[in-house]
Amino acid sequence: MFIKPGELRRLGIVGMNRRNLRYIHTYNDRSRYPAVDDKLKTKLLAREAGIATAQVLAVVRRPHEVRHLSTGLPRHGFVLKPAKGSGGKGILVIRESGERGHQKSNGHWISDQDLQRHAHNTLAGLFSLAGTPDVVIVEELIHCDDTFADYSVEGVPDIRIIVFRGFPVMAMLRLATHASDGKANLHQGAVGVGIDMGSGHAVGGVQFNRPVACHPDTGKPLEHLTVPGWSAILELASRCYDMSGLGYLGADIVLDRSGPLLLELNARPGLSIQVANRQGLEPRLAHIEQHAPTGLTAAERAVYAQRAFGHAAQDHTAAGDPAPVTDIEAFG
Amino acid sequence: MKSRTPFYALVAGLFIAGVVLIAIQRYGYDVPLLPGEHREIWEVEAQVHFEATGDPVLVSLAVPDQPAGYLRLSEHTVSPGYGASVVEPATGRRVEWSIRHAAGPQTLYYKARLLLSETPSTLPAPAPAVPGTLVRDEAFRTSAEQLLQEAYARSASPFSLTRELLRNLTQPSLSDQARLLLSQASHAEVLVDLLARAGVHATVVRGIYLRDGRRQQKLETFVQVRDGDKAQFFNPRTGREGRPGDLLLWEVNGAPVLDVVGGVNSTLLFSMIKQYQPALEVSQTLQKADALLNFSIHSLPVEERAMFQNLLLIPVGALMVVLLRVFVGIRTAGTFMPVLIALAFMQTSLLAGVPLFILLISVGLWLRSYVSRLNLLLVSRVSAVIIAVVGLIGLFSVLSFHMGLNAGLKLMFFPMVIISWTIERMSILWEEEGPREVIVQTGGSLLTAVIAFLVMNNAIVKHVAFNFIGLQLVILSVVVAAGSYTGYRLLELRRFAGMREQLDVH
Repeated sequence: MFIKPGELRRLGIVGMNRRNLRYIHTYNDRSRYPAVDDKLKTKLLAREAGIATAQVLAVVRRPHEVRHLSTGLPRHGFVLKPAKGSGGKGILVIRESGERGHQKSNGHWISDQDLQRHAHNTLAGLFSLAGTPDVVIVEELIHCDDTFADYSVEGVPDIRIIVFRGFPVMAMLRLATHASDGKANLHQGAVGVGIDMGSGHAVGGVQFNRPVACHPDTGKPLEHLTVPGWSAILELASRCYDMSGLGYLGADIVLDRSGPLLLELNARPGLSIQVANRQGLEPRLAHIEQHAPTGLTAAERAVYAQRAFGHAAQDHTAAGDPAPVTDIEAFG
Repeated sequence: MKSRTPFYALVAGLFIAGVVLIAIQRYGYDVPLLPGEHREIWEVEAQVHFEATGDPVLVSLAVPDQPAGYLRLSEHTVSPGYGASVVEPATGRRVEWSIRHAAGPQTLYYKARLLLSETPSTLPAPAPAVPGTLVRDEAFRTSAEQLLQEAYARSASPFSLTRELLRNLTQPSLSDQARLLLSQASHAEVLVDLLARAGVHATVVRGIYLRDGRRQQKLETFVQVRDGDKAQFFNPRTGREGRPGDLLLWEVNGAPVLDVVGGVNSTLLFSMIKQYQPALEVSQTLQKADALLNFSIHSLPVEERAMFQNLLLIPVGALMVVLLRVFVGIRTAGTFMPVLIALAFMQTSLLAGVPLFILLISVGLWLRSYVSRLNLLLVSRVSAVIIAVVGLIGLFSVLSFHMGLNAGLKLMFFPMVIISWTIERMSILWEEEGPREVIVQTGGSLLTAVIAFLVMNNAIVKHVAFNFIGLQLVILSVVVAAGSYTGYRLLELRRFAGMREQLDVH
């Protein structure tokens, strides 16, 4: 039922207190938070940095604008998001709109009025971090890449990558399930799949902190899963560091049919990624602190991470501590 | 990483400052660490009776200043028509009563409240008696010198000399010399005179035996004999040596105990009762007397003090929240809401508080689900919930009052605005993440509130928090220290329990 603290330390698991104090407080400058806590700002920064994000269809800033919300929205689906929402709160995904109203991702239909009430709630700050007034972002619906068609129910899977001082250190694919109500939040029942940093192959999944081998709804085995275009995704994640300036960062990336899109950045990424990967973050974070070279470009950092933290590299070291990559010239 | 030394210094500094403050109050002002400690207090009353002759009257009574082994908490005189004042000449503290005209029997009272204390106090050493001044008579002098020579030859020190003299003065068949001496003066006076002739420093001291409920007690006379730094008590009538434990020394300066001018037939009688008073009240009396510590909370009016008592418990509640969140990892709805709920529980009692809280939240959630259908703006909706919560509290109060339950009336101590916000957020949580998360968070809050309540309501914690301001510094140091704890939380040990199998892999 319980694991001993010593054993947990031996596994290199980072706990909540350690994450907050040792990493977030040390590497995340307070002044950089607004850039990630406000999704509109994130999008603006991303556009400047040339990072693709989901297209914004409209922004509702004032209550009287809410009335015009349903006019001019695409029929083939859209997403309402609070700009300052946290933990996926207040995100309303509409699959399609028609005579019967708007169909949510779970199949339920809601009226224009419901939609407007949701927007009003968002503006009043119900979903924002400190209850401060907020704005509503209307985004185009992301169409999931076909690779994941059989692996996600009622929602789009996303890839969470922890980026430490610009180096991607650990990645996890989050698959929505029926239990999670189409949401990709692990504590709500989404399946977390650990991803090998080297190749993008799945290394096993967890749901509710218990290992699972197959997707609970579709029954598809997770081990066959490989994230396409893995190197490009890692590079995108690395660039998020340059763009946000946050040393300890969670980048959420989705695979749209058009390619990887940055969904949002998180200055306080959760710890379940360790359970999905069955590995602690500590050795990798320590490796970056002690051995990682400085002055690399985002692409070089992504390659470095692939080589240092990929399974192929880790097989050579007994204790699971990543060995430093020495042949820097290879990055040329 | 920055140096952690200033941080540890801060934590240690706060902790030590807190402990020192507590120690000062504990040992300097005798504030008890535990509630319900009692101290022995003696209320001693001296009655002066005399017949006034119709002339102006001046009565002077020796009173103890800081009697050895006791602390004087208060004193007062009862003397209708008399002017009374305390004077402190070199020969000791005295109460003086005066009146221009009095006739017939008179009674004057002096009352003092004395606290038994362990702190030893040194007795004053008044000037030695001048030899030969007691009785200027040749027969007396000859007898005294004979008696003294005999005893001197058989003794080696002031104390043994005293013992020899006392043996002569108290034996059943007295010698002729002793009988002569005692016919002219009291045992004590004779003994002091004899010792003075031998160059031994001895004084008459007077005291009363403290025995609970005794009345009409008279002063007992003792002789204090000095040998260098040492002093020994002798009872001149019995020859017994040593100072009785329950003896309250009333007059130690060798001055007359009672002086009455303008009156005759004066007597001095004592009565006394023992009381057990809460140690706290005693130390408050002591602290009040001290201008520096009078700055404390105890100088506030009673009503404000009661409020302050609750305020001082908030840090204790906050400490519990810190411990439960940082070391255990319990999730709560609203970080410090549990403290406010715990404060409310302190008014309602736990048995009534917990069901009422659950009832309030459940009915509130149910009402909120109706309000949500009205399609209102957030501020209006929360306001509506606040009004509904106030209404509910009113309803519960009236209902429980008519059912004869007083606890319902205490409902108004619940933080209504906070509860309304909690209901709003819980209702959103219910819609977005399902009832399970609502139960986890409400349960976590309630559990934290109950634990915080149990600690805050503990009689010892209450007592210490209120009486030892240093505790706040100690709590602050613990909170600050906990803020830098980077180890695992208890619940994380369960959350990551599945990782154990990875141990075998490596």
